[in-house]
Amino acid sequence: MSAPVWNNKVVKWVDDRLPVFSMLHHSAYEYPTPKNLSYMWNFGSLAGFVLVTMILTGIFLVMNYTPHTDMAFDSVERIMRDVNYGWLIRYMHVNGASMFFICVYIHIFRGLYYGSYKAPREMLWWIGILILLAMMATAFMGYVLPWGQMSFWGATVITNLFSAFPIVGEPLVHWLWGGFSIGNPTLNRFFSLHYLLPFVILGLVVLHVWALHTVRSNNPTGVEAKTPQDSIPFHPYYTIKDLFGMGIFLIFFLFFVFFAPDFFGEPDNYIPANPLVTPPHIVPEWYFLPFYAILRSIDFSIFGVPAKLLGVLAMFASIVVLFVIPWLDTSKVRSSKYRPVYKWFFLILFIDCFILGYCGKKAPDDYFMGIEGLHVIVMGQLATLYYFAHFLVVMPIVGKLERPKPLPASISESVLKGGANA
Amino acid sequence: MSQTVQSSGDHAPDENRRDFLILATTAVGVVGTGMALWPFVDSMNASKDVLALASVEVSLSNIPVGQAIKVMWRGKPVFIRHRTEREIKEADDVALNELVDPQTDDARVEKKEWLILVGVCTHLGCIPMGTATGETRGDYDGWYCPCHGSHYDTSGRIRKGPAPLNLEVPTYSFLTDTSVKIG
Repeated sequence: MSAPVWNNKVVKWVDDRLPVFSMLHHSAYEYPTPKNLSYMWNFGSLAGFVLVTMILTGIFLVMNYTPHTDMAFDSVERIMRDVNYGWLIRYMHVNGASMFFICVYIHIFRGLYYGSYKAPREMLWWIGILILLAMMATAFMGYVLPWGQMSFWGATVITNLFSAFPIVGEPLVHWLWGGFSIGNPTLNRFFSLHYLLPFVILGLVVLHVWALHTVRSNNPTGVEAKTPQDSIPFHPYYTIKDLFGMGIFLIFFLFFVFFAPDFFGEPDNYIPANPLVTPPHIVPEWYFLPFYAILRSIDFSIFGVPAKLLGVLAMFASIVVLFVIPWLDTSKVRSSKYRPVYKWFFLILFIDCFILGYCGKKAPDDYFMGIEGLHVIVMGQLATLYYFAHFLVVMPIVGKLERPKPLPASISESVLKGGANA
Repeated sequence: MSQTVQSSGDHAPDENRRDFLILATTAVGVVGTGMALWPFVDSMNASKDVLALASVEVSLSNIPVGQAIKVMWRGKPVFIRHRTEREIKEADDVALNELVDPQTDDARVEKKEWLILVGVCTHLGCIPMGTATGETRGDYDGWYCPCHGSHYDTSGRIRKGPAPLNLEVPTYSFLTDTSVKIG
């Protein structure tokens, strides 16, 4: 961590007054990174890349978009048909949203599996959750902008969530709408916030990276780097690995952009918004489905608290619970690789999230995977129960009872013994 | 960040390979980035719906001799003047060596009585006065730009003032005797 010596006089002159080059050198060049990071550690930088792509494509979309209920839909169609490469820029933006969530969800599961939320990385983890929340708000409001049927009714349903709160509910919803229903004032404010929030996310990402570089990266063993032998400089080792991963990721991303651009979308959103007709089957975008399933699974009241309010609270709680897992997890071992019991619970949680997603997609009265008698709503309730039990019951108890496998003395030792597969 | 690859005779073949790989990768990266950025640049060019409005048809039957109208074409005014015999004669009688941007009147019109011009001053883009009746037409009986004082004659040629060029003649064609398509 010695201060770099700058041979170039201009670079040195600038750096003596504002150490941007030194900062870049420390954070993107010599940053000591554990030498055993697997490809699971690519998704943070990939998410950052997608964020930049979203901001860039978004800025160019705004040049041709009109945030008015009478013109929004047509302006989006004009982007698709008349603006040079408008179809490409919009499809990159639309599919980029899905890619962003894919990267971030993998990134989160990575953190959960390897215990990246544990001390001293709690702040890092919290900022990450704030980024997720900001992303959700941004994605939701962005989906409203094309002013199709799903835009309109998605906005109606989600904003109505807030009407579940007693007393303040209705005034709150009218305040969100700027009127008595979703209308032009709503569209305008969503547009404004949809442009603002990505820059808030960008700021949070800076804090996220700052916190990361303060506490250093976790690694597959969960054992902190102790000696210089445990680390390698970020450049060229991880810049090249991140770039290679980005190449693979771009193939995946652009496959959808060019060959299946509407794969993640709902066809109903190509029908202009109509406040008089609700589409027969309203579903959120895929990345909200597990949360939507949790919301819907609460169809009963407890102690006089109505189901509607409970569902909303459960949905918010499903994210809030993530803030406290650094203290719910009682295990002294970070990486699940060395946790023979918890590892299986982690797998159940992973599958549970997909089950929740499936339940969110289907109508409540459908049968789960066609299994006669097992309604989606019931399966959703079981999956919701496990989701919360995992964090509130499994994490504290398994951490206490489980006997972990012996940890390697150092990252170097684990690498020499056969690395990530040991 | 300013490290240089140490060269040594023993490893020359390897280093050639490495140099080639670095150069090839950089070239692919630069070309790829350029290609990825081009759609963004091009999206700011005129879109198809803008280009589709690139021509307009104008009926000339309502313009009496001696008067002019303005029509919108590509977001800019086009002057259409029904010239009098005297105005045509004025335009023809000018010696080319008197002109800043020498051009004969015949080169600027298809039919002598109809003068069709893009009504944008070639100096800095203002709209010259002189189309509507009663407006000042400048010293040469054509148009006068109030922004910086350019005078145009009855053929729309620059005669005095800072403008460098004659008023532009758009592409146009007469569909009938009283109807013209601009663009």
